[in-house]
Amino acid sequence: MAGQTLYDKLWSQHLVKERDDGTALIYIDRQLLHEVTSPQAFEGLRLAGRKPWRLDANLATPDHNVPTTLLERAEGNTGIKDPVSLIQVQTLDDNCEAFGIEEFRINDARQGIVHVVGPEQGATLPGMTVVCGDSHTATHGAFAALAHGIGTSEVEHVLATQCLLAQKMKNMQVRVEGTLGAGVTAKDIVLAIIGRIGTAGGTGYAIEFAGSAIRELSMEGRMTVCNMAIEAGARVGLIGVDDTTIDYLWDRPYAPRGEQWDAAVADWRELVSDGDAEFDKVVTLDAAEIEPQVSWGTSPEMVANISGEVPDPDAVDDETVKHSYTRALSYMGLAPKQKITDIRLDKIFIGSCTNSRIEDLREAAKVAKGKKVADSIKLAMVVPGSGLVKRQAEAEGLDKIFLDAGFEWREPGCSMCLAMNADKLGAGEHCASTSNRNFEGRQGYGGRTHLVSPAMAAAAAIAGHFVDVRRLDAETAGAAQPQEA
Amino acid sequence: MQKFDRHQGLVAPLDRANVDTDLIIPKQFLKSIKRTGFGVNLFDELRYLDEGYPGQDVSQRPVNPDFVLNQPRYRDASVLLARRNFGCGSSREHAPWALADYGFRVVIAPSFADIFYNNSFKNGILLITLDEATVDRLFKAVEANEGYRLDVDLEQQRITTPEGEILEFGIDAFRKHCLLNGLDDIGLTLQDDAAIREFEQKHRQARPWLFRDTLHVEPQGEAS
Repeated sequence: MAGQTLYDKLWSQHLVKERDDGTALIYIDRQLLHEVTSPQAFEGLRLAGRKPWRLDANLATPDHNVPTTLLERAEGNTGIKDPVSLIQVQTLDDNCEAFGIEEFRINDARQGIVHVVGPEQGATLPGMTVVCGDSHTATHGAFAALAHGIGTSEVEHVLATQCLLAQKMKNMQVRVEGTLGAGVTAKDIVLAIIGRIGTAGGTGYAIEFAGSAIRELSMEGRMTVCNMAIEAGARVGLIGVDDTTIDYLWDRPYAPRGEQWDAAVADWRELVSDGDAEFDKVVTLDAAEIEPQVSWGTSPEMVANISGEVPDPDAVDDETVKHSYTRALSYMGLAPKQKITDIRLDKIFIGSCTNSRIEDLREAAKVAKGKKVADSIKLAMVVPGSGLVKRQAEAEGLDKIFLDAGFEWREPGCSMCLAMNADKLGAGEHCASTSNRNFEGRQGYGGRTHLVSPAMAAAAAIAGHFVDVRRLDAETAGAAQPQEA
Repeated sequence: MQKFDRHQGLVAPLDRANVDTDLIIPKQFLKSIKRTGFGVNLFDELRYLDEGYPGQDVSQRPVNPDFVLNQPRYRDASVLLARRNFGCGSSREHAPWALADYGFRVVIAPSFADIFYNNSFKNGILLITLDEATVDRLFKAVEANEGYRLDVDLEQQRITTPEGEILEFGIDAFRKHCLLNGLDDIGLTLQDDAAIREFEQKHRQARPWLFRDTLHVEPQGEAS
């Protein structure tokens, strides 16, 4: 008999009951809550006279609606100028208080984007099932946790029963072998994967990311990769446990200590796919061939190499794809065969649950150090993923590097990734964004999003247009010769 | 949940692949703490020519005459015909809330995104997956024939076209059962209360560190 995949192991460790029709009841170890997708779930509990099954499994923080300027944040919730947003954040506070759920409120140093906060606190552990009313819950799979986004009805279901009705997914392995070139990051890996398999390529699958290039990534990089599994259609992204995982978790507030730590580590070491495990689908990429990626369209699969160009819809055979490309180019205001490096930017956003961790900020700061944001850029902002990331970045002097270069240094939250707060694009504005979705209107009505890595976003801020981060110095010095990084 | 057994309704064609949930209901409308009232903002950016905001009087807004749902012939549509990967992106249940609130009971497409698929069935919407060629044929038929209606029978798992053609579709038994009876998942799961408790106890014994109230806290030693 073939061995088990990591996903198989996690599934069987949480299987409460399997019905004859193939539907299963799986036990949920951790639920993360935020203000947007929880109010109707709490209301449902109240209407039915139900209570949460297990309080200590839940952790809440407001993130989507919170303002990100220091001035507004100094006032706490009352700094939220949009009355509808304010009600939503207050409703989360009220619900957590009424039901007894732990919450990091707006001005708690531990507040931040749920998918940054969970791992940072050690509230995400290997071997857990983790859910949240947010599709980017896939992020937590970087810790070999079975983690995925759910809808609000399911949030209520988990609150009330500690379980989820689920059907087993298929197994896909995406192997990235070899060594990444200098200046190429986890974000480029995952954008290249989505470009390869498509935005529905992972539908129905749990994707395990493997191979030497994945093993070489830090936990921050692995979270970036798993975070965007959903943009390839897969609710679950996973990476097996190794020393990098275990070292990251040591001494985190919610992680086990003492004898329990040793027992936990022994258990976690098993959380890898068996050598003879069989996957329903395997995709392999050569890390050395991955270039810095830039999305040109309105779906995360519409990506190109920085050295490449916008595609020509007329060169596409599939009618549906041709149609999508034509519409995307029209929305994005781009011409067929336009060079990616000729796309000029209006705004720069460095942040989101994909790329707002300390390592992301370090990468961007390294590029921005000693340089200036181009005059043509209307706004370049850096939004740390949590209060603790912000504090760490300030301790390392990164805030100063950004401020000196002309970036704004903001307070933590989801911010312009989905523009539920005041941070948004104007119609027609092009943005180099380290977020995860380039859908129409995502970052603001009529806004045009280009997904890139933090280093590429910083480089675009300096140049005013997309530029290969590996050649930024040569470009900005006006030199004709490309320079090796 | 509203029961679903059989539905006859006018079909509207949304000829676009990868319709994401941001497009179905833009983020500014997610600020509501209710489950209802999203229908007027369904496909907001396609449907209106201006930027919408919550609580606005939509009757005063400029309507996009080119958008399919604004065409008089599709005004009372309750069956949406869509392209591949419908409902991708964000997990927002506001998307099926908006579709249901507008009046859609059925969506037919070659494929759906996973989270949206789950969310829709929790809200009494039947999602039907048909192969790409059949969907393509339906698009042509709908566009060619004004007043094109489909008769969807969940019990029999069949769609009957105006031409009398029968299209069979698959659906898993549990979802079908819940939809037919309008069942509340939570009530069903709580019938397994004893099994959950038993599992929980074993799980806690095997992996106590997953339960914060049993976390063993003591001074830190060296990292292992």
